[in-house]
Amino acid sequence: MQRYTTTAIVLHWLIAILIIGAFTLGLVMTDIPGISPAKLRYFSWHKWTGVTVLLLACLRLLWRLKNRPPALPDAMPAWQRGAAHGLHHLLYVFIFAVPLSGYCYTLAAGIPVVYFGLFQLPVFIAKNPALAETLKPIHYWLNMSMAALVALHVLAALKHHFLDRDGTLRRMLPGRSY
Amino acid sequence: MKLTRSSIAALLAATTLLANAVPLKTDAAHSSVTATFKQMNVPVDASFKRFNAQIDYDAGHPEKATARVDIDTASFDMGEAEYNKEVAKKDWFNSPQFPKASFVSTAIRPGGAGKLNVSGKLTIKGRTQDVSFPLSVKPEGGKQVFEGQLPIKRLAFNIGEGEWKDTSMVADEVVIKFRVAASQ
Repeated sequence: MQRYTTTAIVLHWLIAILIIGAFTLGLVMTDIPGISPAKLRYFSWHKWTGVTVLLLACLRLLWRLKNRPPALPDAMPAWQRGAAHGLHHLLYVFIFAVPLSGYCYTLAAGIPVVYFGLFQLPVFIAKNPALAETLKPIHYWLNMSMAALVALHVLAALKHHFLDRDGTLRRMLPGRSY
Repeated sequence: MKLTRSSIAALLAATTLLANAVPLKTDAAHSSVTATFKQMNVPVDASFKRFNAQIDYDAGHPEKATARVDIDTASFDMGEAEYNKEVAKKDWFNSPQFPKASFVSTAIRPGGAGKLNVSGKLTIKGRTQDVSFPLSVKPEGGKQVFEGQLPIKRLAFNIGEGEWKDTSMVADEVVIKFRVAASQ
């Protein structure tokens, strides 16, 4: 079975690791009461990771538009193909929507992102506490929705690998092609 | 009218009296005191919601001007209630023990058109430092608007104790910016 390009595989796993990291940091940092240096550090790391995901998502989308992914197994029923495509499209939407919502939230809260503490990223929303209050739950629920979609995505991949044994997961794994 | 030495003296005395007797009325809605600090290199603006500025100023006698600003440290607003509560605590402003920060001018000298050079004593968290800074003054809509900024070192005032002494987390330099609109 044909595999994804090396570029697609690298981008997929890099984004996956960064998303899991940013998501975990997000849960941990918002759970720390009051303020502490560790909390502020986690907030910065969370934002830098999110911005990195957004940048990689742009690269990934460009790559995806120029490179067709390998075909799905022939034996796959039509509804599963439809579900797979739908889920993949949604995940593409979320890898943009989640970091963008967080970015807008921090801008509205009046705290610009200084990438790796080195340079300030564009500020296109002025400080606006009311807007920040609106964006906060939006960022949270986009994250939770994405987590649910990622869970489905992982379960489907594991089903293909262990139940169907059709090589679908192997297309996205590093290693030799079969 | 022939000006005699004594009438000039009387006139001077009267203008001096007048100059000293014009405390301006501060327009709180158009006045602000903010502090800008850097947290992991991120510039953050926060403002003091409650303060009281008393300025005696006569454009004809700027050298006679005096200024006093009292700031309610517990009114520091970073935009999030949880953080506001934190900075009133002992490590930061210690507002229960030091509810007020104050600036009292000791000398105000004219420094060219629309400019004043202000020296005075700044007290925060029980520590006093001599500071001086340029102040601009311009008439705006029937009011005098005083604007200026003053960079300070937060650690000189013990702002941020314990683990917060780390200036790589919160920079030592904090810029206090203020704008006071006042009318006669």
